[in-house]
Amino acid sequence: MSIWEYANPVKFIRATDRVLPWVSALALVCLVTGLIWGFFFTPEDYRQGSTVKIIYLHVPSALMAINAWIMMLVASLIWIVRRHHVSALAARAAAPVGTVFTLIALATGALWGQPMWGTWWAWDPRLTSFLILFLFYLGYMALWAAIENDDTAADLTSILCLVGSVFALLSRYAVNFWNQGLHQGASLSLDAEENVADVFWYPLLVCIAGFVALFIALVFLRTQTEIRARRARALLARERRA
Amino acid sequence: MGPEASLLSRIAPGVLWIGALLACLLSLDRIFALDWEDGSLDLLATAPRLAVRAGGGFGLGLAFFLIVTVLVPFGVGPEASLLSRIAPGVLWIGALLACLLSLDRIFALDWEDGSLDLLATAPLPMEGIVTIKALAHWITTGLPLVLAAPLLGVLLNLPQAGYLWVLVSLALGTPALSVIGTFGAALTVGLKRGGLLLSLLVLPLYVPTLIFGAEVARRGAEGLTVQTPLLMLAGISAGTIALLPFASAAVLRINLR
Repeated sequence: MSIWEYANPVKFIRATDRVLPWVSALALVCLVTGLIWGFFFTPEDYRQGSTVKIIYLHVPSALMAINAWIMMLVASLIWIVRRHHVSALAARAAAPVGTVFTLIALATGALWGQPMWGTWWAWDPRLTSFLILFLFYLGYMALWAAIENDDTAADLTSILCLVGSVFALLSRYAVNFWNQGLHQGASLSLDAEENVADVFWYPLLVCIAGFVALFIALVFLRTQTEIRARRARALLARERRA
Repeated sequence: MGPEASLLSRIAPGVLWIGALLACLLSLDRIFALDWEDGSLDLLATAPRLAVRAGGGFGLGLAFFLIVTVLVPFGVGPEASLLSRIAPGVLWIGALLACLLSLDRIFALDWEDGSLDLLATAPLPMEGIVTIKALAHWITTGLPLVLAAPLLGVLLNLPQAGYLWVLVSLALGTPALSVIGTFGAALTVGLKRGGLLLSLLVLPLYVPTLIFGAEVARRGAEGLTVQTPLLMLAGISAGTIALLPFASAAVLRINLR
């Protein structure tokens, strides 16, 4: 019994079908509890007032926007090394989800920035690197869409993902060098001395769990759809030949 | 001579120099030997000529660079102090866009007439082919842009101190632009309308080079110390030249499958 058994599309669909309702339910429960808890049952920040509550959408989506890209990177590596089709399709399935998370992080950040910094947008390193990450997502999806042959598309996009990761990381530090920021530093680290207060931290943790579950559920669902769509196309092609 | 420490330490620098020189001398005949045998010298000699014929030559990129530079004062106003402040960045963006414009010509003709398939079966490794193609692109596009930049700086009222650093930063940075662009061109080589996609793929990859390159030019123009961004820019160029041809070659092999 190894994890590679799930590289078999049939087995993958069967396994994820069993898991999917539970993960989706977990996402729903976590998001509803976390958001209601965060929005209505936490105190207002003594300086930021009620705007602090944007944190319950902003932080989890930003976190998952980066993690989605990392997941795509791992899936691309698995495709390059072991050539499991499910892996390539999972990377493809994760890209739009990651893009939307990036957009949510940027939009909620703008909404938060307007009252706090007095501006919707600033060329702050974190904001800028998120915008660049968004461009990387767009390019990745555009390349998938542009190539007809499935295997070629999977190969090219996975190499783009690898190269893009290096350049995204490079851009992150280049941007840091380029401009000083308004954005606060890390305040959720496990080892830092000063972090977010516990009243905000626990509902935030629930929201993060909700976003992780949501991401997993969406990727499972979209990967299943990709597998089924590919199978349908193969059947149609076979019929046309016969 | 004997192991006498004082004598040894006195002649040590000279001995090291002579050793290094001899080692160099011994390997001199290998500089071109392999390239001669596998044909990369021929490719290197013909690639720039082919690149000019493919339509990505000196003229178009330079004209584009000129037009971008001329349009900027129309957009932001002719105020000299403003122009001289944004001149380094404008020159960098103009050069980058002019570079981008000619990327799709790197492999286009070779792809259409099938010579890319022939090159792929040649003894020369694919990594060498893409490196030579990138070099040809730099010679036909990057180098003219570097040389033209100081002239266009006059139009933008570039500060006196900036000329040298614009030249240096572009000379250091445009090879990276060509190599990264070759990767993008290899990714989109088989596509019918790959031009727009190519821009979308390549522009995010250009961000670090642009940041450090423009920073060198800006700091140089303002008379500040340029060491840190200059080293980073050189590092990016060296790193991309060393590593990216492997990715470009892999991508090209997939596209030729």
